[in-house]
Amino acid sequence: MSTAIAPIQTVRGRGVVVPGDDIDTDRIIPARYLRCVTFDDLGQWLFWDVRHDEDGAPTGHPLDEARHAGASVLISGRNFGCGSSREHAPQSIRRAGFDAVVAESFGEIFFGNATTLGLVCLTLGGDDLAAVARSVGADPAQSLLIDVDAATVRLGERVYQGSIAASARRALSEGRYDPLAELLAADDAVRAVAERLPAVGRS
Amino acid sequence: MTPPRTLLDKVWDAHAVRELDNGQTQLFIGTHLIHEVTSPQAFGMLRDLGLAVRMPERTFATVDHIVPTDVREEPFADELADEMIKALHANCKQHGITYFDLHSGQQGIVHMVGPEQGITQPGATIACGDSHTSTHGAFGAVAFGIGTSQVRDVLATQTLAMTKPKLRRIEVNGTLGHGVYAKDVILHIIRTLGVNGGIGYAYEYAGEVVERMSMEERMTVCNMSIEGGARCGYVNPDETTFDYLQGRPYAPGADDWDEAVARWRSFASDPGCAYDDVVEIDAADIAPTVTWGINPGQAIAITEDVPHPDRVDPAGRAAIVEALQHMKLEGGAPIRGTRVDVAFLGSCTNARLSDFIEVARVIAGHRVAPGVHAIAVPGSTLVKEECERRGIDKVLLAAGFEWRAAGCSMCLAMNPDKLVGDQLCASSSNRNFKGRQGSPTGRTILMSPVMVAAAAVTGMVADAREVFGREQAVRA
Ligand code: SF4
Repeated sequence: MSTAIAPIQTVRGRGVVVPGDDIDTDRIIPARYLRCVTFDDLGQWLFWDVRHDEDGAPTGHPLDEARHAGASVLISGRNFGCGSSREHAPQSIRRAGFDAVVAESFGEIFFGNATTLGLVCLTLGGDDLAAVARSVGADPAQSLLIDVDAATVRLGERVYQGSIAASARRALSEGRYDPLAELLAADDAVRAVAERLPAVGRS
Repeated sequence: MTPPRTLLDKVWDAHAVRELDNGQTQLFIGTHLIHEVTSPQAFGMLRDLGLAVRMPERTFATVDHIVPTDVREEPFADELADEMIKALHANCKQHGITYFDLHSGQQGIVHMVGPEQGITQPGATIACGDSHTSTHGAFGAVAFGIGTSQVRDVLATQTLAMTKPKLRRIEVNGTLGHGVYAKDVILHIIRTLGVNGGIGYAYEYAGEVVERMSMEERMTVCNMSIEGGARCGYVNPDETTFDYLQGRPYAPGADDWDEAVARWRSFASDPGCAYDDVVEIDAADIAPTVTWGINPGQAIAITEDVPHPDRVDPAGRAAIVEALQHMKLEGGAPIRGTRVDVAFLGSCTNARLSDFIEVARVIAGHRVAPGVHAIAVPGSTLVKEECERRGIDKVLLAAGFEWRAAGCSMCLAMNPDKLVGDQLCASSSNRNFKGRQGSPTGRTILMSPVMVAAAAVTGMVADAREVFGREQAVRA
């Protein structure tokens, strides 16, 4: 298999704020849109039930505001992506054109899924996050610059210090965020462990 | 002398293949479980990469999320659902994976099937593309949910790149009061530690209350670990665990039994281990607990009032206002008396035999209130059959519940069972997120099965201890 993955050292783009804490994966993509055998078409369902009312009419969600069109950095609150393990959630964010999510904290499974897809998840302290959100809200045209290795967000003159788990930071900036090639490389060692730990079998 | 080690340490070390360049561990996955929603894309990725399933004997499949619970003949009316189940059939067949299909008699919610078949065993690492894989921790396994790219990784290599979590021991001591169940214990824990309190942690549940729990109760507790932010939660294996497993189809046979038990026992945390954190909970503080909001941490005792946004710390106000708006509840008002439209008994949290036995015991002689749609969905085909053998289905039907076939059903409404409009559902499931039960404006109140029964018969959120009488609510 091909092992070439482009390193992700920076993300540059405009932001959009989706406010709220504990935004769960059911909110990011409702369960009825999980009925699919590939992830290809998931971008369209991102935040569907929040973006539409019961009759399917747009609710004026930030993602649909003209001033945020083309934004590639999603900014939200605490515990973003909590809930289910569905990779459909980061897949739909990625396929809707986002390269990074900035939040106060992340659901753990979401964070891992997102990182594997090269979707950068940067954690920012509450006050800094609020400042970034205010600034983006006031001037959506400005560009954010995320430095993955330094775990910083630059916005105009200001640089905000955030954090990204060390393993994810290295994996992203070295282009090894999809671990499959590395996992495949140790087959002898895997076999040795498997021999020590027999599979459960019908008795 | 080796220092005392926790179950997490022992299982982790036994399954560690090597350290990866980024500092994560390449962790061997002893047992892999799959279902129709998060696996077809992974098999597709394997096909694209030209990779085979590395150890098909370690993967077990069933179908649960999308299956209709009334008419189960294929093809399903829903074409997308039918495409997914066909994909699972084909992938299992092609790769030689054991598959408990709809007609096997062993089908059910994946987190019910593993334990019932004896596939879930102590000391193992268990992964599944579903966040409630934490359920299997009840057996002293290190079990966690994974994304679909990780399902691909397990299929292709039988390993995952993982970071070892920190460990928090949660001790519940004392004696639970009348009408207080395992569900109340875990709702109380999440309420206390918060929905993100467990991020980065595994939870070790311990203490007198947990030690006395049956396996089914332990599963209820471990199931909702993820609702507290902890990807994995476990209970140290003991006699209760071994008794449960003995004689199950995939458990070790008589010849290997003693050896297996000795090995399993050796994985339990040693006395005097160090933990990253220890939390003690007094069982006397736990009441029948219900959620009032839109995440499982927004929970109160049935006797309490819904929080009032003006009477809390301003930092938490917006979240409360949002939750109250969605739930159409009034801040400061009692939760008791809230009108209920639907009563749902089901899900991998509470659709086991003991849950239905308990509900049948209290509900006999009562009737579901007019206007309430009540459905009972056993978590597995085996539970369904055992309930029917014991006549529990008759009791529930006589009370006015519908009696369905096994599946996830209205827990996440990927099948035809859904809330309509802003219906309010008293639910024995694990998530009260906005839209979770199939309608964007639908409302969910999480509670124990007996509390669901009390809501069903009164048509409102009620204290089961009052509805069924104190004596009846005493656990058998
Ligand atoms: S019952 Fe609910 S929580 Fe459990 S596996 Fe099914 S959908 Fe997930």
